[in-house]
Amino acid sequence: MSAELIPYITEARPDTGLTNGKIGIWCFLASEVMLFGAFFASYIVLRVSSTHWPHGFEVPLNIPLATVNTVVLISSSVTMVMAWASLLRDDMAKYRLFLALTVGFGFCFLGIKYVEYSAKFEHGLLPSKSNFLAIYFIMTGLHGLHVIGGMISNAYFLFAAPGYLPQDRQLLINRVENSGLFWHFVDLVWIFLFPILYLL
Amino acid sequence: MDSHAAHAGHSAAEIDKHVRTYIMVFATLLVLTMVTVAVSYLHLEVHEAITVALLIATIKASLVALFFMHLVSERQLILLILALTGAFAVVLLLLPAITNHDHITSAKMPAAMISAEHSSESAAHH
Repeated sequence: MSAELIPYITEARPDTGLTNGKIGIWCFLASEVMLFGAFFASYIVLRVSSTHWPHGFEVPLNIPLATVNTVVLISSSVTMVMAWASLLRDDMAKYRLFLALTVGFGFCFLGIKYVEYSAKFEHGLLPSKSNFLAIYFIMTGLHGLHVIGGMISNAYFLFAAPGYLPQDRQLLINRVENSGLFWHFVDLVWIFLFPILYLL
Repeated sequence: MDSHAAHAGHSAAEIDKHVRTYIMVFATLLVLTMVTVAVSYLHLEVHEAITVALLIATIKASLVALFFMHLVSERQLILLILALTGAFAVVLLLLPAITNHDHITSAKMPAAMISAEHSSESAAHH
């Protein structure tokens, strides 16, 4: 099937020792590093050129809620690798459980983000209000879009897994791993966003 | 068994080992999250606070990349791609710092801008 249309997505390419999908996702993540890197650079420009840069709690940002969200994303990264490990073990019940938990944590993160955004909007704290709020909404907004993207990909593999034939099992394992790589990247970006926006 | 053998290097024992690592990394990440939040309540000097927070964030990010993203056992080609990306990302992040500490233009720019304003003002007067 598709393995013949796109080579080396199931087995590693002999010269690279990798599947093409794995190289593809990492090149994509490399571009994502530069995308977020540009916003981190913008953050630095805004911060060093400002006379006053507010602490997260002064804005006021909700640090306890953001801490909960950090724990939620870290947990979702663990359930993601557990889903992949369960798939390796051929334990489909656990695979579905862990992947469903991963998607569920994604909803949880977005729900908390919604509460945070609503509280800002209610107090008239809009992106146009200050440089801090502008970069806060841009960076968390872009990150939020990535969370949604990762959730769509993970939800797809949650529901599409039964459709994979036994001989395509390795293909599913590889794809879930790649989807996980994107999800972990989203977690990784938040690990930096949380301190620079909320704590410093 | 054949299908399992095909998943190169993933025996049941190895998967168990992976899972134990994941749990330990998870616990470490939780502890580091609590530490970074606790430190923020100490209200350290800005430079100290930034250093500590970014140090902890870098450790956390490394743990995620090494163990959850399997970089610890990844092929060299991926590490090469990432090394290149990292180098470019560092330049990108240093750009604002470079412009900020650029003594040639930062010394001359204000004067040049002032004289430009003067000339435009004097042009307006005439």
